[in-house]
Amino acid sequence: MTAVSTPVPITSVPEATRRAKRRGAALGVLAWFVGIVFVLPVLWMLLTSFHSEADAATNPPSLAAPLTLDGYKDFFGVGGGASPWPALLNSVGTSLFSTCFVLLLALPAAFALSIRPVRKWTDVMFFFLSTKMLPVVAGLLPVFLFARDINFLDNVWLLVILYTSMNLPIAVWMMQSFLADIPVSIIEAAQMDGARLPTILWRVVAPIAGPGIAATSLICFIFSWNEMLFAQVLTGVVAQTAPAFLTTFVTSQGLFLAKVCAASMVISLPVLAAGFAAQDKLVQGLSLGAVK
Amino acid sequence: MSNPTTAVPVSGQRPPSAAPASAGRPKATRNRAREWATRAPLLPALIFLIVVTQLPFVATLVISLFDWNSFRPDRRAFAGLENYKTVLSDESLRESIVTTVLLTASVVIVSVVLGLLLALLLDRKFRGRALVRTMLIAPFLLVPVASALLWKHALYNPEYGLFNGVLNWLGGPQPEWLTDTPLIAVEASLIWQWTPFMMLILLAGLQSRPLDMVEAARLDGAGSWQIFRFLTLPHLRRYLELGTLLGSIYIVQNFDAVFTMTRGGLDTANLPYTIYETFYNAHEYGLASAAGVVVVIGTIVIATFALRVVSSLFREEASRA
Repeated sequence: MTAVSTPVPITSVPEATRRAKRRGAALGVLAWFVGIVFVLPVLWMLLTSFHSEADAATNPPSLAAPLTLDGYKDFFGVGGGASPWPALLNSVGTSLFSTCFVLLLALPAAFALSIRPVRKWTDVMFFFLSTKMLPVVAGLLPVFLFARDINFLDNVWLLVILYTSMNLPIAVWMMQSFLADIPVSIIEAAQMDGARLPTILWRVVAPIAGPGIAATSLICFIFSWNEMLFAQVLTGVVAQTAPAFLTTFVTSQGLFLAKVCAASMVISLPVLAAGFAAQDKLVQGLSLGAVK
Repeated sequence: MSNPTTAVPVSGQRPPSAAPASAGRPKATRNRAREWATRAPLLPALIFLIVVTQLPFVATLVISLFDWNSFRPDRRAFAGLENYKTVLSDESLRESIVTTVLLTASVVIVSVVLGLLLALLLDRKFRGRALVRTMLIAPFLLVPVASALLWKHALYNPEYGLFNGVLNWLGGPQPEWLTDTPLIAVEASLIWQWTPFMMLILLAGLQSRPLDMVEAARLDGAGSWQIFRFLTLPHLRRYLELGTLLGSIYIVQNFDAVFTMTRGGLDTANLPYTIYETFYNAHEYGLASAAGVVVVIGTIVIATFALRVVSSLFREEASRA
């Protein structure tokens, strides 16, 4: 190993640091530029949603057009037309219920895969993950036929069941990784003190796993909220969710750009708010708990 | 990744072999009971998942052997492997296989590379870093259908979309984005959505890098490129693999963008869209199922490879612990 030597002569140090500083500033500006490029379509959507339909559809775009709530009023059906409220409520319901069911199923499973693991627990983990890799579209037809035959189509509970199965593998992986991080010594110490399993779970495991449970819930909620294929195929009028409602905007219908932007904004708002508020949890969740 | 080795069973509870040999038969049955007690918390999740996700695939397999169009229910008959012949010789289905591969590969590769560059930019300290990170993840937080609608109507629209509006300002041409370059248009919107995802994972990887090692290398006179090539990149490998794997799982199955932006027209129909179309609009149940089985087989081949990657990461982590 070579001896640690000063890489540059002492006299040129201020010059070098100045150059490094200038380069750092330039890269900071570049980061800002890229950030703005990426967020620009979202800002454009936000701005357009507050324009009147006539101002929204000009070429070149009218940036300084007066702001109005007409797009939002139109979307919420103030002047007639289908109200999005049933679809929004269906989305809230399916996402919340499926997230609860996922946690109810995933927490005990993760416990049996980490704190008190079954034999060959890694095989079980990979079985869970492998179900995530099978394309949902390949199982969609039997689900559709079965639901049709038992009169279960267009029912929010069908979506709740499917979303639960869709998110369960993710939740099991995440919760397993969070529970496995709990030091065994803590649990042992509690046992030495004579604590029984329920006490250990409630007083020792739950507080440490809390943030992990929050991250898991966030991810499951977002994925359920975003889901479109099942909602599109398996629901009609009654159980339609917000993304399925959005698909009514797929084909152009005259002047409707402001309304489309307002609709997209409203329906994305819960995910945007939750994601911005919990950025670190988002990373944990998206990487199945691998990134902490 | 989780640390499997830290998941040591609570001492004294398991494993069954630890039971004293003198205990005899009653102990053995009690051990079996205890083993079932450790398994019990796992069973509801496992059974639920098998019933809801695996049984439909079995049904798909069965349906794929029938000639079954719901418009002609009286003519439903066993067809053997006839549907598979049709699937593999059908031009549009073969094209959608190519489209799926192109779409997935290009979106994953481009967003991993862009995500890496962005993560490196954001790994430096500069004013407003948290705000820039927040701006960058905004695309990923739009509901996929909303994002597709935004690109289709507000950006790509040839008459009043933002792209042609800006080009008009600059005196440029007015292309029909979605009809001139449909696949690239769909890919661009997906890359916009998935680059932030890759960036987040890779940034977390960069920030978990042991800094003292980088310091030592710098003191030894290593340049920025050498540090990146020989320290940062090897450290990032597993994060790159994780991002690629998870991105592929989701983008192979992409339905929302194709459905919303082009309705599968102009050679943008990927397999999920084609299967949806075959059973939902053409009502060819047997054919759609056979296509589904082909997709599943293809996915199993890829997934076996991918799972090997994950499990090697898994073991690596275990040995590091």
